[in-house]
Formats: sequence, structure tokens, C-alpha cells
Amino acid sequence: MSFETPDFSLALPEIWLLGAICVVLIVDLFVRGSRRSVTFFLTQAVLLVTAALAITTQWGVTETTFSGHYVVDPLAAMLKATLALLVVLALAYTRPYLEARGLLQGEVYLLALFATLGMLIIASGGSLLTLYLGLEMLSLSLYALVAYHRDSRQAAEAAMKYFVLGALASGILLYGMSMVYGGAASLELAVIAEAAASEEPPLLLLFGMSFMLVGVAFKLGAAPFHAWVPDVYQGAPTPVTLFISTAPKVAAVALFLRLLVDGLGPLHETLQPMLLILAAVSLLLGNLTAIMQTNLKRMLAYSGIAHAGFIVLALAAGTEAGHAAALFYVIAYGIMAAGAFGLIIVLSSAGTEAEQIADYRGLNERHPILAGVLLLLMISMTGIPGTIGFYAKYLVLKAAVEADLIAMAVLAVIAAVIGAFYYLRVLKVAYFDRPEVPPEGSQKPTGPNEGSVGEGEGATPSRPDGAAGTVLVPGASLPIRALLVVNGAAVLVLGIFPERLIALCQSVLGAG
Amino acid sequence: MLENYLPVLMFIIVGLVFGALPLIAGFVLGPRRPHPEKQAPYECGFEAFEDSRMKFDVRYYLVALLFILFDLEIAFLFPWAVVLEDIGLFGIAAMGLFVGLLVIGLLYEWQKGALEWE
Amino acid sequence: MDPVLVEWVLYAIVLLPLIAALIAGIGGPWIGRVGAHRVTIGGVGLATVLSFWVLYAQVWGGAAPLDITVYTWATVGNLSFEIGFLVDRLTAVMMATVTFVALMVHIYTIGYMHDDPGYQRFFSYIALFTFAMLMLVMANNLLQLFFAWEAVGLVSYLLIGFWYTRESAIFANLKAFLVNRVGDLGLLLGIAVLASAFGTLHYGELFAAVAEAPDQTLNLFGAAEWSLITVACVLIFIGCMGKSAQVPLHVWLPDSMEGPTPISALIHAATMVTAGIFLVARLSPLFELSTVALTVVLVVGALTAFFMGLIGLVQNDIKRVVAYSTLSQLGYMVAALGVSAYAAGVYHLFTHAFFKALLFLAAGSVIIALHHEQDMRKMGGLAKYLPITYITMLIGTLALIGFPGFSGFFSKEAVIAAVGYSAGGWATFAYWLLVLGVFVTALYSFRLLFMVFHGEERMDAHAREHLHESPRVVTIPLLLLAVPSVLIGLLTFGPMVIGDFFKVDGSIQVLATEHGLAYLAAGYTGVLGFIGHAFATPVPYLAFAGFLTAWLLYIKRPEWRPRVVAPLAPLQRLLEHKYGFDWLYVQGAAGGGRALARGLTLVGERWIIDGALVNGSARLIGRAAAGVRQLQTGYLYHYAFIMVIGVLLLITLFVVRTVLA
Repeated sequence: MSFETPDFSLALPEIWLLGAICVVLIVDLFVRGSRRSVTFFLTQAVLLVTAALAITTQWGVTETTFSGHYVVDPLAAMLKATLALLVVLALAYTRPYLEARGLLQGEVYLLALFATLGMLIIASGGSLLTLYLGLEMLSLSLYALVAYHRDSRQAAEAAMKYFVLGALASGILLYGMSMVYGGAASLELAVIAEAAASEEPPLLLLFGMSFMLVGVAFKLGAAPFHAWVPDVYQGAPTPVTLFISTAPKVAAVALFLRLLVDGLGPLHETLQPMLLILAAVSLLLGNLTAIMQTNLKRMLAYSGIAHAGFIVLALAAGTEAGHAAALFYVIAYGIMAAGAFGLIIVLSSAGTEAEQIADYRGLNERHPILAGVLLLLMISMTGIPGTIGFYAKYLVLKAAVEADLIAMAVLAVIAAVIGAFYYLRVLKVAYFDRPEVPPEGSQKPTGPNEGSVGEGEGATPSRPDGAAGTVLVPGASLPIRALLVVNGAAVLVLGIFPERLIALCQSVLGAG
Repeated sequence: MLENYLPVLMFIIVGLVFGALPLIAGFVLGPRRPHPEKQAPYECGFEAFEDSRMKFDVRYYLVALLFILFDLEIAFLFPWAVVLEDIGLFGIAAMGLFVGLLVIGLLYEWQKGALEWE
Repeated sequence: MDPVLVEWVLYAIVLLPLIAALIAGIGGPWIGRVGAHRVTIGGVGLATVLSFWVLYAQVWGGAAPLDITVYTWATVGNLSFEIGFLVDRLTAVMMATVTFVALMVHIYTIGYMHDDPGYQRFFSYIALFTFAMLMLVMANNLLQLFFAWEAVGLVSYLLIGFWYTRESAIFANLKAFLVNRVGDLGLLLGIAVLASAFGTLHYGELFAAVAEAPDQTLNLFGAAEWSLITVACVLIFIGCMGKSAQVPLHVWLPDSMEGPTPISALIHAATMVTAGIFLVARLSPLFELSTVALTVVLVVGALTAFFMGLIGLVQNDIKRVVAYSTLSQLGYMVAALGVSAYAAGVYHLFTHAFFKALLFLAAGSVIIALHHEQDMRKMGGLAKYLPITYITMLIGTLALIGFPGFSGFFSKEAVIAAVGYSAGGWATFAYWLLVLGVFVTALYSFRLLFMVFHGEERMDAHAREHLHESPRVVTIPLLLLAVPSVLIGLLTFGPMVIGDFFKVDGSIQVLATEHGLAYLAAGYTGVLGFIGHAFATPVPYLAFAGFLTAWLLYIKRPEWRPRVVAPLAPLQRLLEHKYGFDWLYVQGAAGGGRALARGLTLVGERWIIDGALVNGSARLIGRAAAGVRQLQTGYLYHYAFIMVIGVLLLITLFVVRTVLA
């Protein structure tokens, strides 16, 4: 077997990131100081350079290296830049929250960096092996991040659930990959695509595809592979929840685009009904269950499932416009989710966790600017015109209708209407409900929240006195609040001028 | 095509038989005179001085994990050493990178105090 | 003419009353009563001066018609929604009339509303009305016209219900609003037909487009092809019928007399109700293309002119008599439009604005003198107490009945002659209605005059003691309005009606060369000749007969009245019930609508929508949500189980599909 030296220069963003991670790790070991400023700023700088590298070295290039395991194309470049920037945004929110709880350690940033590396690898994955490698790198980092608050029973429980279910999903994915490998006799997606496009594709490919879909759906949080989402979103420290709900979602879409479009795209006809089931179940279950939630983080988790339903619907369209719509949707969702969890972070302080919806009573009177951001985010998630969420939903529905999935489009609209209820309820609470005068001593020390995560689903809020409103005191510093306002404004600005981003999503996927 | 798997089947059957036969034979042939002393867990000849379901120090796992890491490194190094002549400079560089990453990991452990028992 | 200057003048004319209205309306409590009337009179007065300047520029200054688009509000497809001004002679005449009468009414109001607590509010409203009316006549496109049309309707609504504690005022303004809604719907549909067929709302572009393709048709019901222009014109005319109170949409105007008298003069006599006449004249290039639409216009106008005048004979409320007289005169104007005599119609509008405003304000002066008593049966012999009011009212009456030489004579004579010279059965029918209408007009006018100012004094002693002439703010507008009521016909009749006044700059377009006004012009030899010519027709004699009848029955031989009325009792009852229109609308349309609404409320709203759809779906979703949340047990093995079930589901689906395929 002749051995070819791969072209390393093509993989520059990943190589840079890996090298930089090592540097950050060592630097963090020897830097003192509780605020971890050096690590924080170094991390952000590394990510920004990664995004820049992805654009400068990979934009406009279409090539493969590492014997076809690694693909460079505009989609990869755009995904990498987006992922890196979303991680920058997510990490920017983390510091005050973790610092106030004594959780601020360099490892948070290291794990986030490793997760980012995994996501970048997914974005460039040219073979089953690369994709799996990236996925595991991402997943393992996330498990550790969720468990980061080790003294919290909730976090530990969430991490345990996430880990076990994630391992199960990974196993199923790997099982599917082995079948695809058996059917196509290659790990390379290009070769697999050829096999799939043949007159009679091997049955193994079809079976393998079904199993692989499960793995992707798990990452995306689409029902019925969603069970981890609410518990993990609620149990994990809020910055980690924020992180999980932004970049890894984009990575999941990337995984789908690589695995099931680049690789098994020719089998879309078989895949479509499965996707439609996932979409329908996600939309209905996500929106319906969200209505019953009293915990904002949990509500956002179910709303995330519903959004995943929209993304899956776009992917089910199977057209380039559909893929572009999914990409746009997931980016839009990332921005909105970052804002929503960011708001929780900003309103939480060392003593209080602003996660009960009831805590937001009368927010408008006390913090009109933050309430305005909440308003923007909620109407954007609802999909009201003028916000980015509207265009996301609009593109998905348009793609679905063009692909003759009219019944599903109607179902999606109905689900969105149901969804409007709980988003607007949050606004109603924030704008129209009077804050209750907190009884003496209600500012109880939180520390680890008592009570188990999923048990008794919503009926027993994690706080026994959950009904009693707590006066939220923003614990975050001014820059973080400014960031939140910018984040909220982005939802609006991108909602008014979405053309550039839409055009970008379409161009990297060869649509319009 | 299925006949290709015949050797596998044979293997499975033979494996099962070889594993099960001595146990069954001992069970069938051996004399049985139960006695409390005999049924106690074997502790290298000592009296059993505590329950077998005891707590382990978490550090034990840490050390075990680290051991496995470096154990696997050896497992990689041996085949690499065998074909070193064929893969040339690139091989050396690749292993250098691998070992380098492990060194950074070791450094991290060391600095974090994972190598100190107390 | 410097066009930039003209533009700024136009802005000023429109905006001054608006700003004044806002100041008086919002700042009323701070600027006080005097401040309110000063600022509005100042604003409207300046607008009046500028309007006359525009009129001067247009007529004598030789300025070209100005058509400017100020602002593009929105563009939908090819259709632009714009705000702009079109100023030609027609507009200039309307602007001058509107601002002049409005100014008189503003001044008069100081006296009339002197003790009213809503003083500032009233001034704010009438200034706002002036703004809206100016926007209406100055619009260069149908959309802006429609908005202004609605705006004047709104102010009219507010002013009819100005005394909002009166039950009858609330009923009247609701009625006006609802009846106008019927007309406005027609107008809106007409505009929509034009917009969809020609893709523009701008007058000039629209006329050009219509002229190119006048024979378009459209299918309304089944396969029948309707002429598009006819449909559009009739629909627009329905809007005019609502606003200009033509049969059968006239019922709101008499009731609108519930509002204060100044606005009866301004809105419900001189300006707003003439918007329909203005609109038809403005759209003359369209109406010219549809004989059917013109015939509808003619017949509706003639019917209104005669039958509404008849009702005026049996009214005892001084304002209502004048109101029915207004209806009748509006009918004359509309009838003139129906025979393509737009110039005559607009001219009658022009003269009528002055003498009808005069009559209303004079009636208002009587009402003030009698402390808001409006029943003519409690008046009489007032001539010696209110000499100025009496003289001016007499002038107004003479103008109204068409006494030779007075302004009303020329305009009405032109209308009747134009209809008379027109060919066709409908024109003949209309002609006789209009001619008989002259007799009726004279009869009710002098009946009013005699009942109020002559004969025995029927008011109670208390009222008699306080009788005195109205203050100067009331009498000066009367005198100022009396001047044009007498003279304006002598001065302007020749150029405006006989000449090419409106045709020179294309304000009004008449296609046919063989129309009534052309005949009139052919035989025209000057004002005196025209007066002499009139005596060759029955018109002056009928007017005199009307006067004579009134004199006989109310002054000379009052005892004959029962004997004359007795045989006409059924007719009297019919007139007192106003031909049953009110009954039909209130019981039939309003009652039926309410019954239907009650039914829909019960069945549709409460059962189907609230019960089944709204609460039902909410309940369903609530239950479903409560159900699905049970899935999230919190147990890891349940979660894993759900996942495995999911895998099985997908695989099963896949197998089933593959097997079936």
C-alpha cells in the first residue's frame, strides 16, 4: 500500500485549534487568579482566529484531503465560522454566572474548545470515521460540561442521563455506520453516495441509514429521541445549557448534511417519511409539553424540541432550498436561544436562579430594557414578522410547500400557533403580572437545588416555594447586559435585513 | 454465502463446549459436603475480615484510568515500531504528535495533583 | 407663476387649519376659549386668503393646472399609493368656497356657542373639518380622496353628536355614520374596480388609461358582461349618494340637524354634502363614457329634488325645513350632472353654498334669540325684533327660490334649462320634476319666512321679553354671506357656466357636443337677456305661485288652511312619515341586522366559535399537553425505552415500505 502524505494546509483551522488548545491548557495550568481572565480572553481570541482561518483558507475551496476523510467546501467554511462565532457568543455569557457560584475554572473553556474542535471536524467530515470522531469529541466534552457542577444533584443526574442516552445513541449510530460500511464497502461518503445512487442500493444501506438517523436526531433533540433534552437543559448550569443549545445544534445539522445528504442523499425518498414522522412528533410534543412548564429553562428545552421539528421538516423537504432553510433556521435558533438563556444568566445572581416563569412577574417595571429583550426573543421564537424567527419559519414552510409537503406545513403552522401560547404567556407574566412582595427570607441561599430533575415533571418545581416570586437582581456586569441587548437587537436587525444571511445559507448549499 | 460462516459457528460451539464441559463435569462428578467454612469467600487463607461490598477510594479509579491511557500508548507503540521502516519520517512525526499530546496530558495531571495519592 | 411658491402655498392652506385644530383640540384647556377661537380663525383665515390667491392665480393669473405628488405612501405591485395635490379651476373654486364659508362659520360660532362648555372642542372640530375638506377637493388621486372623504365623514359624525348627552343626537350621528357607510362601501368598490382595471388611482393617469380602453367589460354575476366604466361610475355614485344625501340614502341629513347650527351650515349645507357633486364633476371624463351611469345620476337627482322638497312643506322645526331644502337643492345639482351640465351643477353648488349657509346661520340667529327654540309654531312676528336677521334671511330665501337677478336664479335656471334642453324620456321626466320643484321650493321657503317673521307672536311671554338682535359676531357673517348671495350670479354666471371656465384647463370634460349647456350657450346674450329669456319658461311663474300660495295660507287667509289640507290628508301623512324610509331602515335594515347578529352571537359566537373552536381547542390542547408530559417521567430507563421504541418505529416503517414496494 502506497502512502500519500496528506495536505495538512487544508485542515489549517482544526490544526490551529488543536495546537491552540494545548497552549491554552498549559497556560491555564500556570496562571493564577480566580477570574481566569487570561484563559477567557485567550480562548475567545483562539476562536476568533479559528473563524478567520476558516474563512480565509477554506472559503471558495472545494477539495478533499486525508484520503477523502476530510472535505473542504464553502459549506464547511461557513459552518466553521458560524460555529466558532456562536461559541464565542456562548462563552461570553459564562463568566459572571460561574464566578458567582465558584465554578469558574479553566476546564470550562478547555472543554468548550474541545467540543468546538469536534464540531469543526464534523463540518469537514468526509467519511463515517471522521464524522464519528468529531461527534464523540463533541459529545464527551458536553457530558463533562453538563456534569461540571458536580455538587449539584440535578447536574449530576442530568449528566448521567445525557451520558447513558448519548452512549446509546452513539451506539446505534455506530451500528448504522457499520451496516453502511458493509453495504457500500467504503467509509468515504463520496463512495457511499455512488453505491446509494445505484439502481438497486444494498438493503444494508437502507437499514444503516435508519440507524444513523437516530444518532443525528438525538443530537438535534428531535422527538422521540428528545428525552434527554428537558432534563439536561434544566439540570445543567445555565451557561452550559446555553452552550448546548447553540453551536451543537448547528453541528447536528452539519452532521445530517454530511451523513445523510452528502453520503446517502440518493436515498432521500426512503428517508423522507421517517423525517416527517420525527418532525410531526417533535412539533406536537415539543409545543404541547412546553405549555405545561413552570420552569423557563425546561420550557425553552421543549421549545427547542419544537424548533428541532421545524428543522427536521426543512430537511425532509430534501431540496437545496430545504437544506438552506434548515441551516438558516438552526443559526437563527442559536442566536435566539443564546439570548434567552443569556437573559436567565443576566437575571440570576449568586443567591437566585431566575428560572421559574413566575420569577419574571413585573419584569417590565423593574428592568424595562431586559423585558424588551425578552419581548424580542419571545416574539422571534413565536415567529412574528420583523424578527429573525419569522424568516426562519417562513423559509422552512416555503421549502416544505415547494416539496409538496403541504399537510406537514399546515401541521407545522398549527404547532407554531400552539407554541405562541407559551411564548406569549412569558410576556404576559413579564409585562402584565404584578410582582408579589417577597416574603421575608425568600432570598434563600440556593446552592445546589434540591429535588430531582425529571421526577414529577413540572408538578413539583425544583423550588418548594416556587410560587412565591423572587425579586430578580441582575447579577451580571454591564458588558454582559450590553451583550444581551446586542443579542436581542440582532434578532430584530436580522429579522429586518435577513437577505444576506439567507443568501449565504443558500449559496453554500447550492440553492438559489 | 452462509456456508462461509460455518467455521464461525464451529468456533462458537467448540467454545461453549470447552467452557461448559468442565463445570458440568465437576458438578456431576464431584463429591458435595457443604460446610460454612467451605462456603466462605476465598481470602488467600485469611479469615474474611470485612464485607466484600466495600467502598473504594475514588483515587483508585483515577490511577486506573491513567494507567490504561499509558498502557494503550504502549499498545500503539509496538506495532508502530515494527513497521517504522516502511512509514518513514511521516510515521515518526505522527507518533511524535501522539506522544506529545500525551505529554501535555501528563503535564496537566501532574499540575492538577492527580498523581499524588494524598 | 413660481411653482415652488405655489407648492408651499398649498401646504400652508392644508396644514394651517390642521395645526390650528390640533392646538385647539389638544391645548384647549391651556389656551382657553379666546385662544381657541383666535388660533382656529387665524389658521382658517390665512388659508382663506391663500385660497383666494390660488383662485386668482388660476383664473386671472393664467397659472397652469398644478399636479404634484408630495409623498409616496406605499407601492404594491404596480399600484402606488400617493399623497398629492391637483389644483385646477374646479379645485380653486371649491377651495375658495370651502374656506370662505368655513371662515364665516368660525366667526359666527363665537356668538352661537358662546355659553357652551365644549367651546374649544367645537373649534377644533370645525378647523379639522376644514382641513379634511380641503384635502378632499385638492386630492390628485382617488385614494387620498377616499381618506379625506372618510375624514369629513368622521368630523361630521363627531359634530352631529356634539351634544353627546342627548339621546337624539347620538341616534342621529349613528344613523349618519351607518348610512354613509353604505355609500362609502360603494365608493370603495368603485375605486377598487378602477384600480384593478387600470392599475392607477391618479386622476390624470386614470383618465388617460380609461380614454384608451373605454369599452372594457367585467363579469359580476354569471356570464353577463357589464361595462366596466358603468359599474365603476354607478358604484362611485352610490358613494356620492351617501355623502350628498340623495334618495334613498338621504335619511341621515335631516337628523343631522341635531348638531349645532354652525355645523349644519358648514358641513350639512355648504360643503361636505356637496362633496358628491364635486366628485362626479371631478370624474367627468369617466361619467361621460357611461350613458347608463349618467341616467342613474339624473333620475336620482330629480327624484330627490322634488320629493325631498315636498317633505319640507310639513316640517315645523326651522332647521329641518332648511335641511329638506338642502336635500332638494342637492337634487338639482345632481340632476344637472346627469345631463353632462357639470358646470351648471358645480355652479349651483357654488351659489348654494353661500345662500344656504346664510339661511342656516340666519335660522341659527333666530334660534339664539329664542334661547334654542326651534319649533316654528312657537315663533312669528320676529321681523321687528330681529331686523338684520330678517333682511338677510329674506335675501337668502329670494336666492333660494330663484328670484330673478339673485345668485340662485342663475344657477337654478341653468340647471333646469340644461335638463330641459337635453333629449330623451328620462330628461323630460326629470325636467318636469325640477320645474314642479320650483313651486315647492317657493312654498316651503315662504312658509318658513311667514311663520317665523310675520303673523301673530306665538312665543311665550318670557321669551318675548328677552328678544333682541343677535350680537355682531353673528350678524356680520350674515351680512358678509348676503352679499355674494345677491351678487355673485350677476358677476360670474356668464364666464363660469356659459363660458369655457372649467373646460379650458380640462377640469371638466364633456364629450357630447349636443348637450343642454351648449344650447343654452348658443342662445346666450348676456345676463339681462338670460333673465328676460327665463320669463319665457314656466319657472318664474311657478316660483311666484309658490310665494302667493304661502302668502294666502299663512298671512292673508290662515283660516283656509284646514280646508286645503283636509283633502290632502293622506299625502300629508305620507310626507310626515317621510315616505317610510326611516321606518324601513330602522325596522328592516337595522332591526333585521340586529336580529341576525343576535342569532349569530348565540349560535355562531357562543356555541361554535367560543364553545367549540376557542375553548374547545384550548381544552383539547390542555388535555393533550397533560397527556404527553406523562412521557417525561424522569426515569432513565423510560427514556431509553422511548428511544428504542423510536428506533423500532422507524425500522418498522422502513420495512413495511420496502416490503410493500
